[in-house]
Amino acid sequence: MHIPDGFIDAPTSVAFGVVAAAGIGYCLRRGSAELDDRAAPLAGLTAAFVFAAQMLNFPVAAGTSGHLLGGVLAAVLVGPWIGATCLAVVLLLQGLFFADGGITALGLNVTNMSLLGALGGYLIFRVVLRLLPQRRTSVPVAAAVAAGLSVPIAAAGFVLQFAIGGTVEDLSLRAVLAAMVGVHVLIGLGEATITFLTVGLVLRSRPDLVHGARGLLRRESARSAPAPVVPAVPAARP
Amino acid sequence: MGAGHAHALYVPRESLLHRLPAQCKIAAVVLFGLVVVSTPARSFWAFGAYALLLLGVVLTARLSPRLVLRRMVVEVPFVVFALLLPLVARGDRVDVLGLSLSQSGLLGAWNLLAKATLGVIASIVLASTTTIRDLLHGLERLRLPRQLVLIASFMVRYADVLAAEMARMKVARESRGFTATGLRAWPVLSASLGALFLRSYERGERVHLAMRSRGFNGTMPVLRRAAPTAGSWAAALALPASAGLVAVTAVLA
Repeated sequence: MHIPDGFIDAPTSVAFGVVAAAGIGYCLRRGSAELDDRAAPLAGLTAAFVFAAQMLNFPVAAGTSGHLLGGVLAAVLVGPWIGATCLAVVLLLQGLFFADGGITALGLNVTNMSLLGALGGYLIFRVVLRLLPQRRTSVPVAAAVAAGLSVPIAAAGFVLQFAIGGTVEDLSLRAVLAAMVGVHVLIGLGEATITFLTVGLVLRSRPDLVHGARGLLRRESARSAPAPVVPAVPAARP
Repeated sequence: MGAGHAHALYVPRESLLHRLPAQCKIAAVVLFGLVVVSTPARSFWAFGAYALLLLGVVLTARLSPRLVLRRMVVEVPFVVFALLLPLVARGDRVDVLGLSLSQSGLLGAWNLLAKATLGVIASIVLASTTTIRDLLHGLERLRLPRQLVLIASFMVRYADVLAAEMARMKVARESRGFTATGLRAWPVLSASLGALFLRSYERGERVHLAMRSRGFNGTMPVLRRAAPTAGSWAAALALPASAGLVAVTAVLA
């Protein structure tokens, strides 16, 4: 659920709009440098993937279901800069075209889900990966931990914005924090499971595509030389 | 929210709003949103005035109010949330139909409902009168980074393709006797997501090679279109300007 218009006052929304614009501008520069002229088609297809993935419903129980948010998944698969940019593009089009998330709240939503969720989540991923045994199987585990934490972190971002510019008085901040983080911890469990399974599958079939596993795979193939397990250059289909 | 809706949202009509350049309309919607969000919640009549202004815009665009109402279902989650506010907020309480409600919670709920609804209607009018192509072009004219617009246009172009890919996977799953019930379905659905990512990324690589072989060097040629006239800007900005007048009156009153 995205923040609608009117929940956070105008000065705070504009201020976070500036934060979001600066953050995404930086991601865009780093991402373009990494992918050069492949950036637009690959990032565009990844954004379309996030958009489509959010339409797939995962049944929970008694007729309820949820869907993936995809911030950490995208960041682990295609890298933090492109991943965060893709999330921002999805949010932009959802806000402008589908009225999902207020237009004045776009900066708030991008800050929470793209900068805090995807970029912050990727940071957690790197830290957790360093703590785990340096094996390929650690990658989905680290991605799951990061994905699970990224959802309550994004919710906490909302609570921060609410504390600065919330329009509802007499709402105890502690109650808002408890409710938001509590609900999102549950959603985070789902996010962690889906991310774990999906990263694991991609890692089994095209390990070279998992950006977050690159360092590990390079070391693995160096150890098992002269026959590298993974081709150094991903073979593009003719 | 099927990707096919990206085109289905546009309602082809012959109207002033349909003819206005997209960048003028986007600017108008953003400014209108800012004016609405800045209006104090207690100026009840101002929100009525905004609603009348929007009704005027809907009629000028020759959209049927019923269509706008139907598309407002996106708002349902906020409405549920807003209805909870008077129950959870603290402060002075009033009794309504035997329920003890918080006064500031009621005001907060009204504030959220009024502003979110006006914002949603403005977005709906924008999406109904602007093709997504023009919208992207308008964003580019409003100085959104070219690279970001390019990514967005790839996303728009391929969202349909990926949605169709996902529909085919669903058919494949179900023809093998799969029904998505409960948590046990998750590994299967996640495998579909993984496969979807691989197909998306590999398609991206193929698209890139195809573009390279046609001379693509990382940026798209700019299609020059005539800059909007002062008249277009004036027509588009009439909405936020009149809303601004209402807001100033409301603050001074």
